[in-house]
Amino acid sequence: MNAADVAAAPVIRLRNLCKTYRTGAVEVRAVRGVTLDIARGDFVAVMGASGSGKSTLMNTLGCLDQPTAGDYELDGVDVARLSPPQLAVFRNRKLGFVFQGFNLLARTSALENVELPMLYTVPLIPRRERRRRALFALERVGLADRHDHHPNQLSGGQQQRVAIARALVNQPELVLADEPTGNLDSRTSIEIMGLFQELNAAGISLVMVTHELDIAAYCKRLVVMRDGRVIGDTVNPDRRSAAAELAALNRTEQQADLN
Amino acid sequence: MLNTLHVLVQQSWQTVFVALRALRRNQLRSALTALGIIIGVAAVVAMAAVGNGAQASITQQVSALGENLLTVFAGSKRSGGVNSGQGSASTLTLGDAEAIAREIADVAAVSPEVSGFAPAVANGRNWSTSIVGVSPEYLQIRDWPLAGGAMFGERDVRSSAKVAVIGSKTALELFGPLNPLGQTVRVKNIPFVIVGVLAGKGAGMGGQNQDDRLLVPYTTAMKRITGDRYLRSVNIQIRSAARMEIAQAQISGLLRQRHRLAPGQADDFSIFNQKDIAETVGSVTGIVKLLLGAVSSLSLLVGGIGIMNIMLVSVTERTREIGIRIAVGAQASAINLQFLIEAVTLSLCGGLVGVVLGVATAHLVGSASSFQPIVTADSILLAFGVSFIIGVFFGYYPARKAAALDPIEALRYE
Ligand SMILES: Nc1ncnc2c1ncn2[C@@H]1O[C@H](COP(=O)(O)OP(=O)(O)O)[C@@H](O)[C@H]1O
Ligand SMILES: [Mg+2]
Repeated sequence: MNAADVAAAPVIRLRNLCKTYRTGAVEVRAVRGVTLDIARGDFVAVMGASGSGKSTLMNTLGCLDQPTAGDYELDGVDVARLSPPQLAVFRNRKLGFVFQGFNLLARTSALENVELPMLYTVPLIPRRERRRRALFALERVGLADRHDHHPNQLSGGQQQRVAIARALVNQPELVLADEPTGNLDSRTSIEIMGLFQELNAAGISLVMVTHELDIAAYCKRLVVMRDGRVIGDTVNPDRRSAAAELAALNRTEQQADLN
Repeated sequence: MLNTLHVLVQQSWQTVFVALRALRRNQLRSALTALGIIIGVAAVVAMAAVGNGAQASITQQVSALGENLLTVFAGSKRSGGVNSGQGSASTLTLGDAEAIAREIADVAAVSPEVSGFAPAVANGRNWSTSIVGVSPEYLQIRDWPLAGGAMFGERDVRSSAKVAVIGSKTALELFGPLNPLGQTVRVKNIPFVIVGVLAGKGAGMGGQNQDDRLLVPYTTAMKRITGDRYLRSVNIQIRSAARMEIAQAQISGLLRQRHRLAPGQADDFSIFNQKDIAETVGSVTGIVKLLLGAVSSLSLLVGGIGIMNIMLVSVTERTREIGIRIAVGAQASAINLQFLIEAVTLSLCGGLVGVVLGVATAHLVGSASSFQPIVTADSILLAFGVSFIIGVFFGYYPARKAAALDPIEALRYE
């Protein structure tokens, strides 16, 4: 493969991916044959009703779980056949996670939270370099001045920004976000979507789960799931711009203040 | 290989700080958890110190008994060593003592010994003490110096003279700060002139005070104090340590012959050497050591279980944290290591406090008893080694449990 092919190759390639949970006699077929390619630089919203298999798909994409059938290639590697220690390396180097509940370490500063993935990177990253990269990531999400704050001293939106900085710090191929705005108010949600759009414009591939249509509207591509299958996959026809909307919101607020 | 080792060392180092922080966060809980280890390690260290001190003190006391000493007691030796019956039987005679001196070639000196308990009166005071009848050689045999005056002589023995050498404790009780030399002490209304004062020797084997006694010629004691023709014991000094065993056998043979004991008949006397005495006392301290050892191992076991318990609680409490770490790419081995290090850190901190407490306890025991406990580097190293092993052993299962967590479920854990 030449350089152009690598750039053109999808970062994620799913072929008939299945995930079946077995709890005793009961079988739950959470994902039932998903075939999907996600190109580098894409920004995908996965939508669907509760229980449609979105989280299961994301956990499999995130190498937190192995599919029960089908093929999964991440960055050209057949991940479905990797051992748990190799999966850990992939999570560390190629993937970044953003969760609905932020999932930061309590009683640990923002900076240390962002440094966390680098503690498990081999070859080891020296302390000073870890600090430098973590500060840079915090700067990217606009929180460099809060690096010594603990999660309980930060608002929900700020906590989610720290989580995004943590997801970015090892320069992953792909950022996965499962309902990242689920715990946030609408204004903060737009801010987070603005941050995602900014990162995506800088070349980062993103896949996020949401069941809110107006949040999905900030993404480039809309994938809809039902009963573990993809039933819709379209390019977003009229994509919203969080930056423009925030600017407009600010203007109306200023006018309200003046009146 | 070298690289993975390097990674492991680096990650362990980072983890030590994480572990210390986690312990600091739950100070009271950590302290209570470590209590078992603290008590166990303190017991080990204190026990070793006291044991070593006691051993040293016994060795010193045994050698202070006198060099190459054999003691023949009237009465048979029962199994298990010293018993109170010894010396009270009427089997040893002056003739036996004389025969030993005359017929056993390796004997350097012999002193018969009779004793009785009687009140001594002097200086207007009254004090009950041991009246011990011996020969002039007694002090040489027992390696016992005089603080003043002189030992009575052969002539005093022949004439059953009313002279005495007084123990330092007895002198203090009767005369206080006065010099007892030349003074008279009355026992059973018989006046004895004090010709010598013994140097202090401190507590003897078994704890009785050896300095509370009045030495008089054995002839005088037998005639006027005990009124008995039998001896309590015969103290014998052998010329060289190498001949001790042979001499002991010869003396035994001689006495059996003199007492007309048929073959197969048990001895009606018993012979002790320093080794026997040291072994008897040693076996007693051995039992004490064993007991303390059992107590401290039990305490360490309980402490270890406490650590396991608290580590299991910690793993449960921090399920979400573990999930986060696994999600961002921590290897199961790194999680395992983290919790193992936390357990070891906890037990080593307990060990450290335990060592301090143990040394303090040893000093306390030392200030309250007649001997000085000896704290050795070995026992401290052992204490830390044991703490480390307990941490690894009891931390292993919780750490493995943490490393085996499913990240998806761990992240969902409330
Ligand atoms: N660990 C599990 N064991 C058994 N069933 C599960 C498990 N996780 C999810 N499921 C089931 O799989 C289906 C899809 O769940 P999920 O992927 O969480 O849906 P969504 O995120 O779209 O709401 C649901 O029916 C859910 O009950
Ligand atoms: Mg879900």
